Amino acid sequence: MPIELAGLSWNPVSDLEQLTEFSFMVQALEAGTIVAVMAGAIGWFMVLRRQTFAGHTLSVVAFPGAAGATLVGLPIAFGYFGACGIAALALSQVSRPGRESPSSESAAIGAVQAFGLGLGFLFVTLYSGQLSDLESLLFGTFLGITATQVQTLLWVALAALALLAVIGRPLLFASVDGAVARAAGVPTGALALGFLLLLGLAVAATAEMTGALLVFALLVTPAATAQQITARPGPGLALSVVLALAVTWLGLAIAYFSPYPVGFWVTSLSFGLYVAVRLLLGAFVRRGPEPFGAVA
Amino acid sequence: MFAHEFMRNAYLAGSFVALACGLVGYFVVLRSQVFAGDALSHVAFTGALAAAAAGIDIKLGLFVATIAVAMGMGLLGDRARPDDVVIGSVFAWVLGLGALFLSIFTNGSSGENGTAAVRVLFGSILGLSVADARLAAVIAVLAALALLAIARPLLFGSLDPDVARSLGLPLRAVGIGFLVLLAVVAAEATQAVGALLLLGLLAAPGGAARLLTDNPWRGLALSAALALTSMWGGLALSYEVASLPPSFAVIAIATAFFALAALRAWLRSPPLTGPDGGPGRSVFRIETCCATKAGTDQRV
Repeated sequence: MPIELAGLSWNPVSDLEQLTEFSFMVQALEAGTIVAVMAGAIGWFMVLRRQTFAGHTLSVVAFPGAAGATLVGLPIAFGYFGACGIAALALSQVSRPGRESPSSESAAIGAVQAFGLGLGFLFVTLYSGQLSDLESLLFGTFLGITATQVQTLLWVALAALALLAVIGRPLLFASVDGAVARAAGVPTGALALGFLLLLGLAVAATAEMTGALLVFALLVTPAATAQQITARPGPGLALSVVLALAVTWLGLAIAYFSPYPVGFWVTSLSFGLYVAVRLLLGAFVRRGPEPFGAVA
Repeated sequence: MFAHEFMRNAYLAGSFVALACGLVGYFVVLRSQVFAGDALSHVAFTGALAAAAAGIDIKLGLFVATIAVAMGMGLLGDRARPDDVVIGSVFAWVLGLGALFLSIFTNGSSGENGTAAVRVLFGSILGLSVADARLAAVIAVLAALALLAIARPLLFGSLDPDVARSLGLPLRAVGIGFLVLLAVVAAEATQAVGALLLLGLLAAPGGAARLLTDNPWRGLALSAALALTSMWGGLALSYEVASLPPSFAVIAIATAFFALAALRAWLRSPPLTGPDGGPGRSVFRIETCCATKAGTDQRV
């Protein structure tokens, strides 16, 4: 399929100038950077704690939240954060991380997800069908991000990362070995709740950027790639953030020069990276006893 | 209500699609393959939009994409059981591809195409023609009959795979056949309630039936009946209340059934303390004893 690269030259400096020429692009890059750092860090813990399904549920709930906020005339960000916060509280009552969910629990989650999406569709219909709105709620937009949104995002991300820094060590302990952590007096229940709220915050912020359906591209895939490469927490976290950043910047840049949406590029880049790392690691592991860290 | 031809078509197609969804959905829940249903609904969306972008019939894209992915999952399922991180990564990419096809499709020409995308995502049961409705009904009936034909070995294999395998049942073939049936039903249901909501029509009636009865045959019938009632009620409700989209009404009723079943199970279960000191009075307590058998052979 031929990809038209409008205005792309061989001179990287002029390309960069072109990228930062318009304020919407600068704001998109700023917002993308903030979201990528937060999603990379929190996503790493999510993958470690095997709470991918919880993240999926939260991201689905972001859609009716945003659509409902649009309907009653509140700012969309309010809808994202409100819905994800409530859902995180509800999930903390139901889900038991790290355990195989019994069949009717997954049926419950499936039903709730479909109901949430249906509710979002109802809200959009009642809003008398701005179809472009629907598409951007589901699949994200990067042209529409305003300077105030970037500022809100920055504060949210700073608060979330500060909180993560405070609870990081005990959270790591509780995630890796819950039973021992509980015996050592770590409040695992409170930590699980706190982390789900953080996850809700990250999902809500990411959804503004990537849309409700594509949150996973930034939250799961870079973290999963990082955990393929190294099992050590420090380098793993850093790698996850770096990968999320690289994928976001590249995705935004390519989307600027191509007619296709940013969501497609970000998901494809992160998925391609994930597959490439898996294949490379598979080859390395089969060949010899080289440690995983050597590949990074 | 039945004076309108579009309502008659909707009821004709909807009834049989709901019947098939209820029957297949019961096994989906029993075999803990809700995740597979989720995957197929994402694939259905991307497949339909790919067909639309390429300018061929949406139905063709739907069936080809879902059946191909179901075969792939079935073939990989026995050897490697991908964990939720892998599934999540693949989902994100499949949806990203869907976004790509959506943009190609809507950029081609505007207006009319935007509504087509919404139809794929959230269904268009009121827009079916007579021929469409008849075709949907025939395919749904065939899928339901095929499921009933393999129901016995499928049930055995779902509940006690080890014994079933030692008796020489072709579990692998039955499992793949079931996934293909699930794919056909998912592609059918996409036209009725849309790619994003079909998971509700699969999971909610099946989940409710699992909570209400332990007898598999009664559960199967109950699941189909609940799906059918949801479809009929949802269609009638959206006819009476014009602003209510039919797909939402159907899913809302199905979810309400599930919530009521869960409430009943919760009220009936005696309060006890969980192993981790948490609240033991759980909706899912009665499940765990029966689900462990099926859960050990979870193939997604």
